[in-house]
Amino acid sequence: MTRVHDMGGRFGDGAIAPEADGIPQLGDWQARALALTLAAGALGQWNIDISRHARERLSPADYGRFSYFEKWIAALADLLVETGVLTEDDLRGGGAAGVHPLAERAMKAEAVAAVLARGGPADRPSNVAARFEVGQMVRTLRPAANRLVDGGHTRLPAYAAGARGRIVLKHGSHVLPDSNAHRLGEAPEPLYAVAFPASELWADPEAPGDEVVLDLWQSYLEPA
Amino acid sequence: MPHDHHDHPHSLLPPDPALRVKALETILTRKGLIDPAALDEIIDTYQNRIGPQNGARVVARAWADPAFKAALLADPMPLLTELGYYGRQGEHMVVVENTPETHNMVVCTLCSCYPWPLLGIPPGWYKSDAYRSRAVREPRKVLAEFGVSLPEGTAVRVWDSTAEIRYLVLPMRPEGSEGLDEEALAELVTRDSMIGTGLARVPA
Repeated sequence: MTRVHDMGGRFGDGAIAPEADGIPQLGDWQARALALTLAAGALGQWNIDISRHARERLSPADYGRFSYFEKWIAALADLLVETGVLTEDDLRGGGAAGVHPLAERAMKAEAVAAVLARGGPADRPSNVAARFEVGQMVRTLRPAANRLVDGGHTRLPAYAAGARGRIVLKHGSHVLPDSNAHRLGEAPEPLYAVAFPASELWADPEAPGDEVVLDLWQSYLEPA
Repeated sequence: MPHDHHDHPHSLLPPDPALRVKALETILTRKGLIDPAALDEIIDTYQNRIGPQNGARVVARAWADPAFKAALLADPMPLLTELGYYGRQGEHMVVVENTPETHNMVVCTLCSCYPWPLLGIPPGWYKSDAYRSRAVREPRKVLAEFGVSLPEGTAVRVWDSTAEIRYLVLPMRPEGSEGLDEEALAELVTRDSMIGTGLARVPA
């Protein structure tokens, strides 16, 4: 019920390679892939949850062999076809010529700064009442899975399923990705930061006092 | 409904990544869906203008001004908006303070969520499978690979960015930085110290 992107706690990935301080410098095509993905988002044919899910549902073989921005560009191509913006013929290089009906929405250079500065806030008013208070103990659902769509998008990682933790922050109400990623509506509900002792998550925790904190939606949680 | 396909459309594009990106950009440009000048502008923004110097200014001010620090920890959004640091991937910031008791560290195990308006685009290691998989389970071994070892009695708190909340670590002000002005303090604040995989520099 989980997918290949859900890798928290996994063994076998090896050492981490730190990098020089400052702004990370991208290669030419990687920078182009980043910019293309951001600019295509301005066409308004999907939301951030749909685009995340498009990367996650690359096949495990592709997800594993693609570098970071190869995942982005593959997911972008898939989304453009699934939303009908492009056809498979277009990707083959043989599609219809001429200006696209959505062309008027294309992001212009002079609009970039304003679009990036505007962002896309995810907090929303909600009529779902908050069930939990800071300090309260809760338990996450198990298994970690989308309850609306089988195999669908969720933000409860498998490593934190069925775990008991403590509410440390209330973030207000936010768009529920499990719904929004599948065009089932934003379904905003209360979001919390929940702290889990390392000993609750791992067979062999490094230190007894260490914690992992996750942001979790109310529907992922039960009182405990 | 999750749209699984055995033949993903992306496989219709050339397999070489540089050619694949070029092909898609060409197709979208021909249809008027993309303005290549807008791509240049986005790249210039994230390669030359928005980066960890933004976060460093915020940290330096928090070190220098106790009232600013208190407000930043209580609710950073009004202050960050005023400083011009509101924006894409920084709409809902929370600042977490490192102390002798608690060392905070940030990861996104499910993708690569990161506070772009304050730190810019993430470094390669932040997006790597190794960091995503290991930071939650063995943060102390990960810290050791960055040359960081914590004193006895410091607990590690790892924040896994599973929602649209973005976390910035407020590193501890280093010994020997007394009397420095904000500009000099900002020079001590590294990108990694604001992710929690590093500590602030000790003044020379």
